[in-house]
Amino acid sequence: MNSDRFLAREAIGDFLAKLIQTGYTVFCPQKQAGVRQSVIFAPWQKGQEILLDKATVAPKHLVLPQSEVLFRYTMQKDSAQPEKVDVSLDDSQASTPTVLFAARPCDARGFAILDRPYLEGLFRDPYYAKRREALCVLTLTCSSGCATCFCHWTGAGPSSPEGSDILMTEIAEGFVLQAITDKGKKLLAASQLPEAGEKSEQATSARKAAWQSLEKAPDLSQAPQKLAEVFDDQDFWRHWTQACLSCGACTYVCPTCYCFTITDERLGKKDHEEGVRLRSWDTCMARHFTEEASGHNPRPDKAQRMRNRVSHKFSSYPENWGAFSCSGCGRCVTHCPVGLDIRAIVLAALAATSPQQRAKEAS
Amino acid sequence: MSALANEERRIVGFLCNWCSYGGADTAGVARANQPTDLRIIRVPCSGRVNPLFVVKALLNGADGVLVSGCHPRDCHYGSGNFYARRRLEVLKRFLPILGIDPQRFSYTWVSASEGSRWQQVVTRFTEEIHALEPAPRFEDVEPLEKALTLTQEKHRPLGVGKQDWLAKLKEAISDKLADLDCVLGWQQGRDLLHSVPLFIQSADDLQKLRCDATCHNNLVRYLPDFKGRKVGIIVRGCEAKSLVQLLQEGIINREELVIFALPCQGLLDLPLVEEALGRYQKLEGLEITDSALKLRVDGKDVTLATADYLQSRCLSCPNDTPVLADYPIGEFTGESATTAQCPELAFLDSLSLTERLGFWRACLSRCILCHACRNSCPMCVCRDQCIAESREPHWQSAKASVKEKFFFQIIHALHLAGRCTGCGQCQANCPMGIPIFALRAHLNRVISELFDGYQAGLDPKAVPPLLTYAQEEANIQERSWE
Repeated sequence: MNSDRFLAREAIGDFLAKLIQTGYTVFCPQKQAGVRQSVIFAPWQKGQEILLDKATVAPKHLVLPQSEVLFRYTMQKDSAQPEKVDVSLDDSQASTPTVLFAARPCDARGFAILDRPYLEGLFRDPYYAKRREALCVLTLTCSSGCATCFCHWTGAGPSSPEGSDILMTEIAEGFVLQAITDKGKKLLAASQLPEAGEKSEQATSARKAAWQSLEKAPDLSQAPQKLAEVFDDQDFWRHWTQACLSCGACTYVCPTCYCFTITDERLGKKDHEEGVRLRSWDTCMARHFTEEASGHNPRPDKAQRMRNRVSHKFSSYPENWGAFSCSGCGRCVTHCPVGLDIRAIVLAALAATSPQQRAKEAS
Repeated sequence: MSALANEERRIVGFLCNWCSYGGADTAGVARANQPTDLRIIRVPCSGRVNPLFVVKALLNGADGVLVSGCHPRDCHYGSGNFYARRRLEVLKRFLPILGIDPQRFSYTWVSASEGSRWQQVVTRFTEEIHALEPAPRFEDVEPLEKALTLTQEKHRPLGVGKQDWLAKLKEAISDKLADLDCVLGWQQGRDLLHSVPLFIQSADDLQKLRCDATCHNNLVRYLPDFKGRKVGIIVRGCEAKSLVQLLQEGIINREELVIFALPCQGLLDLPLVEEALGRYQKLEGLEITDSALKLRVDGKDVTLATADYLQSRCLSCPNDTPVLADYPIGEFTGESATTAQCPELAFLDSLSLTERLGFWRACLSRCILCHACRNSCPMCVCRDQCIAESREPHWQSAKASVKEKFFFQIIHALHLAGRCTGCGQCQANCPMGIPIFALRAHLNRVISELFDGYQAGLDPKAVPPLLTYAQEEANIQERSWE
């Protein structure tokens, strides 16, 4: 009939422990102490609490770490022949089989959005590819929307399978696990979990109920074109970014922001030099992101930087790849210190009349 | 046992070129017996020693750091060591809150002729460092996952939710709006619980104005951007202090400002309210009173006790009266200068040094380096020129290690020494809920101890304590080694 499996609520711990036994590193949402609880994806150990909350930060660090070493090098000068330098370079990449447990559909869709530029573009990024191949994503479908998330605006929804290997839906007694990809099928086949049988229907109706709980989404199909039209409307962007602090919270909590910077850091000695080339997260909201060596900066104002962020997600990425590079998780809205709302900006762009139009109407 | 007989420790010495370096030389020429642990870095003056040099050395594995300069009143440049004395004393008292033993750092004065004194200083300091365990490496410390237990004392009825002055405020702004480029206020954000900054330029904008316990952004942060234009701003107690501090530093001009002052009623800790509400789709109603928050969420009524959901620093804050105002609106208690408590700091005080290091290790491991703490700080006026991002000099590695994250917080905190007005934006805006305000609160306490109760942001004419000095310091001991 189908290959769906059933995971009882109290069996989650054993299920994860078995995965660890078979050699996986398992990342689960975990609460961390602080003035407030934040939830992050961290390696899970047997006996730890099982938490299914939506994480504060998207799990993109599993494929794109906050910083990583691209290569290490050493340069050794021969003191007898100063012109002779021995260079050795180590760019070996390691990855371990990893299971991401209880991601949300917006998190998983983030991986699909990252895959396009990193794997399907002109160059396949070997560092990313290695980690992505080793990653199996178990996604928990959402039972309702929340005040800031808007996945259904962007062409997905609370049970979208995009980017997931296994979809997991909560029903009365536990969870129904549905394999989406071959990777997921293999993991489920090896799991010894009982077949879901008729429970699959309960999962289907739970998913339908989740969809029905959402408010109707506005039509964003014109967003790429309308954002391109307001691109040069400085007043529009100034108005919407007046409160922006130019911090990077929105881009760092985002499951789809993938920009990075590369830094060479060297530990120099007189006739011997060693160092690393680092790749680390960078944010287009910071002034130095586009600062050139000459000192010229094509995006000196925060308005131009915000324009880049919104246009990239809803206009230029769709132009290149045919889909929005926003999965609607709403984290940028939740965590913006000054409450800037990307939904409001996109809607305003849809409603805006371009300066050319305004001029036409005036004449 | 003599330090000479032991395995070497890593000790870094910053020595002023004119006195202490000469003193060490004199000791060497005199063939005075000295331990060999110290690695000397020659600097032009002890005033050149940025406290961050010391912290960086300690975080990167130094077991001890010694700074030595000319004796006070004997500086080659006149006053370099007077400034150094203040900074280094503040630093020494700052280290414990990080979890670093303050004994690992010392500063002293040795003149060029005092070879035997140098021998004594270096031997004694080396012996002290040997008496301690080798310094723990921050990366190796056991992370301490401990929930904060906050105990708070309530100073005054906050009057949360009183709004009878809103009409008056709008009227006052309306009267002045024509003369002003813009008035900085707040408006409702994505729902009733969330407010965002509002830049009032027209009567229509003014209608959107909202001032209540949800308006948590410190608008003073935006003032430097408006320099050269005449603007109005709405401030409450701690925000007025930030404004005074910027005036003190000459970052903004008084004559370009019109200040509308409100009695502070405390601010809601919004993420805490959100945590209590759980996942909700729609907020349909919100009523705020001193005792209760009445919310209507997804068709259900929820009532929370207001006192449990206020920002921790507000609950114990006795100050409701802005220190500076052109148009005071509402009733004030007149209190503006008592130091508010910081319950997070009281929690850290209860931990041992090792526990504190472990606590920061655990907390900062989830920092994402988004810099929301810095960018929302009204006192972080370097803006795009922050040293955390400069490549030359390379203060911070691009490696997102927990040590680098800790160092960034230390940079932010130390640059606020004597300047932090305690508005708490850094902590309130941290997406990860890291209690970083405690570092600033501790520094404020140190500044107050050292400089006779000094508080930043009370007097526009005062000079920040680290930008000046006294020839004879009342609360700093001359560091002698006899």
